Amino acid sequence: MDFSASLSLVAPEIVLSLGGLLLLLCAAWMGDKASRAISIAAVIVIGAAAALTIPVLCGGAMGAGTFAFGGQMRVDAFAAFAKLLIYVSGATCLMVAPRFFDRWGAMRAEYPVLVLFAVLGMGIMVSAGDLLTLYIGLEMNSLAAYVLAAFLRVDGRSAEAGLKYFVLGALASGILLYGMSLTYGFTGSTSFDVIRAALAGDISTGALIGLIFVLAGLAFKISAVPFHMWTPDVYEGSPTPVTMFFATAPKVAAMALTMRVALDAFGAQAAAWQQIVVFVSLASIVIGALGAIGQDNIKRLLAFSSINNVGFILVGLAAATPEGASAMLVYLAIYVAMSVGSFVAVLMLRDANGDYVESISDLAGLSRTKPLIAWCLLLIMLSLAGIPPLFGFWGKLVVFQAAVDAGMIAIAAVAIAASVIGAFYYLKVGKVMFFDEPADKVAGGNDWAHWALLILSTAFISPLGYLLTGWLGELADKAATALFLVT
Amino acid sequence: MNGFPILSLMLLVPLLGAVACFMLEAKAARSVALLATLVDLALGVVLWTGFETGGARWQFQESHAVFAGFSYALGIDGIALMLIALTVFLMPICILASWDSVQKRVGEYMAAFLFMETLMIGVFAAQDLLLFYIFFEAGLIPMYLIIGIWGGDNRIYASYKFFLYTLLGSVLMLIAMLWMIHDAGTTYIPTLMQYDFPAQAQTWLWLAFFASFAVKMPMWPVHTWLPDAHVQAPTAGSVILAGVLLKMGGYGFIRFSLPMFPDASAQLAWLVLGLSMVAVVYTSLVALVQSDMKKLIAYSSVAHMAIVTIGLFAFNVQGLEGSMMVMLSHGLVSGALFLCVGVIYDRLHTREIDRYGGLAINMPKYALFFMLFTMGSIGLPGTSGFVGEFLSLAGTYQVSTTVTLVCTTGIILGAAYMLYLYRRVVFGEQKNADAAAMPDLNVREWFMLGPIAAAVLWMGVYPESFLAPMRADIAALDARLASAAPKGDSRPTAPTEATRRTHAANAMEHHGEAGEGPANEASEGGH
Repeated sequence: MDFSASLSLVAPEIVLSLGGLLLLLCAAWMGDKASRAISIAAVIVIGAAAALTIPVLCGGAMGAGTFAFGGQMRVDAFAAFAKLLIYVSGATCLMVAPRFFDRWGAMRAEYPVLVLFAVLGMGIMVSAGDLLTLYIGLEMNSLAAYVLAAFLRVDGRSAEAGLKYFVLGALASGILLYGMSLTYGFTGSTSFDVIRAALAGDISTGALIGLIFVLAGLAFKISAVPFHMWTPDVYEGSPTPVTMFFATAPKVAAMALTMRVALDAFGAQAAAWQQIVVFVSLASIVIGALGAIGQDNIKRLLAFSSINNVGFILVGLAAATPEGASAMLVYLAIYVAMSVGSFVAVLMLRDANGDYVESISDLAGLSRTKPLIAWCLLLIMLSLAGIPPLFGFWGKLVVFQAAVDAGMIAIAAVAIAASVIGAFYYLKVGKVMFFDEPADKVAGGNDWAHWALLILSTAFISPLGYLLTGWLGELADKAATALFLVT
Repeated sequence: MNGFPILSLMLLVPLLGAVACFMLEAKAARSVALLATLVDLALGVVLWTGFETGGARWQFQESHAVFAGFSYALGIDGIALMLIALTVFLMPICILASWDSVQKRVGEYMAAFLFMETLMIGVFAAQDLLLFYIFFEAGLIPMYLIIGIWGGDNRIYASYKFFLYTLLGSVLMLIAMLWMIHDAGTTYIPTLMQYDFPAQAQTWLWLAFFASFAVKMPMWPVHTWLPDAHVQAPTAGSVILAGVLLKMGGYGFIRFSLPMFPDASAQLAWLVLGLSMVAVVYTSLVALVQSDMKKLIAYSSVAHMAIVTIGLFAFNVQGLEGSMMVMLSHGLVSGALFLCVGVIYDRLHTREIDRYGGLAINMPKYALFFMLFTMGSIGLPGTSGFVGEFLSLAGTYQVSTTVTLVCTTGIILGAAYMLYLYRRVVFGEQKNADAAAMPDLNVREWFMLGPIAAAVLWMGVYPESFLAPMRADIAALDARLASAAPKGDSRPTAPTEATRRTHAANAMEHHGEAGEGPANEASEGGH
């Protein structure tokens, strides 16, 4: 494949990097006054990248024609599906950021640029066809993310979150690198295709350890138990728009990357990693549910909720079938909508002084003072709990269906029984908002962008979402087929 | 009527009403809610008159492939028709019952009730396994809000308990459903009802479904959520809970557990019969010592539902018909009893039995209605309660005399606690001045209790109207169960096994139906 074909395949990444560099220059030149304009420009850049990605997904691109730079990058339908989710969450986190940071006068022009580079890194992660591409994408995303976590410089918690994220992230990168080096040592290549071929048959102990280390490093990135410790602290400390970003885009990217590594590179050794995934998945569901029960900070609660949801998504991976992969992608899409909706709702809760309300007890009686926000938040919470007829149920259903079809009935049964524990704390939020007497903490209006995002995501997770099941399932099936295509 | 999507319309009317109520002020919301439920009642009447008894098994079918993985398939048989009729009949009464007693957040309240109605009709009309599950589970949300926002003092505990208990019961059913879809390759309920699952798997599937329906029913020992939910819910919430939501458990058994897993049902019938025996005696005794009226009626519901389960697991036509009649009758009678409690609760704001007494003096009309429903609950001949309980016990007698013996004591205990309740509340001296000063029924309350009283008498005097639409479906179910049905321990004198059962089934039906109706068809279809 010639170079120009490769370049045309990675057009979205080129748009993002050139756009990012250009906006960085603008940021240096014009200063923080232009931060709002740069945010808008960044959204436009992401939109352009998305426009270049949509045809790849709709066309169901797969096979050798999607390999750029000699297989270093795979611009197939699977990558496109994940990238579109990443672009959506990147754009929303840019849209809600200016109003949040303006409270402290802390909106700086670097913010949209950092988000752009993080999005670029994640785009590379999900299209990686080689361990080195994987690592470059991962680090590009992570470095931008560390800075974003500490972006609110006036707030000690934000700095703490950034530092924690950096130290633990570096540790995870080390584990991942070690695993990659072992894998390289025992298979003789960093390319996924060669690794897959080399691992066919009996697996050597060294390669097995490499596989475990790689999966451990990736488990950190998707904040699955037992590598989840950083999540509540980072989610709580980071500025809320950044938390929203962390809860959505990097989750999608790391999950898609995990799928690609597990199902493609280590695809010949599914039996070796299946039990790890089963353990991680069930542990995430249970710990995510139990940990959330005592939380009073809604951001911490949502952090545990995200751990819990990652557990359910991993049930699909444990199935190790195309149906499982398709189910994971459907779940991810619904999960992004639910997370965006819940964090936008949190961003809309401010007290009379304009400070952000994060304590759950301050939401008491919200259904009387701000009925629309309360109803949206209630629906999103019940959707996260997977109660029908909300759309969150569909995500759980397809994942469990894949597991049952793959013969993993016991795991599905345990996972779904544990989801009842999770329902308890989601109900708690509903109880505080609807059953308790008003605390009259939340005050003030909100701008149209927040309302639009909230209403849109609530409409998506409402029963109306079921009308999209056919369309969503079809796209996810195309993506999963592309992932499973062995070349 | 063919081709007109009447079931979809019945789902849509309350749904639109709910959306409208959500945005309206209190006064308008009440009117809109009443209007929507009355329109649904009218549609229900059209549905019943349009239903062809003895016609196709499934009628008013609709199917649209708008979803991936499952379809929007609706359709009813006689059993579903009766339960839908019960739902649409009770709903306007519930709205009337909340007319004055609910004063805060009226719009949201009415919206929750109308949404509930959509879901209840959906449960009975769904012909797709996953669609059924969605309707079945979704009912938790409005009920959680109804108990939690408009309930009594301990409402939060009750709402959590209701939600989590029923959710835990139901989730395993979902896994079982997914396995069934995987094995049978379809989500279409009528096909699944004829599908033979492997015997080994049936047991597990049956247990998973049992976990859900036993909680919903509720059966002893997983009934503990019910008294809490009933006591804390507002009056109309209790009516819907007792009148329709509990019937979902029985409907589940008759639609899923029995026809889909006949072998497992027969194997595990001892479990159901055993639990029911305990339930009848235990909950009746518990009801006897209650000092809270709603709690007493709640425990009596558990006892009545146990009569339903023994009839279902008797594996014969009488038992199944009896169970359905008990469900319909209990829906009316217990709903009416909760309304009776609501009437005096609205006046005195207490459910303590001791605070009342001698109400017959100042509220004679109320006393009359309360008397009728008390008799209906006891199962006096001439009221709806008798028909179902008699058929159900007669059916069970053919399977096990012991079970029948124990469960019949429940009828006696039922008479004891209901008459004791009635005596303390309505007869005797007027102990408290405020209770003695309560005015009698007003026009609105007449409209609530009058129709139910008429229905209770109708069902008691001429049950054929209600049995006829279900006859063919129950005969088909009986035929499906025939191979698995356990041998009974009763040995009445008669020439041969086959002729005896046919003959006996006929004779019993004639008793219950006051000598009317083409009973022979049913027994022929059944054997």
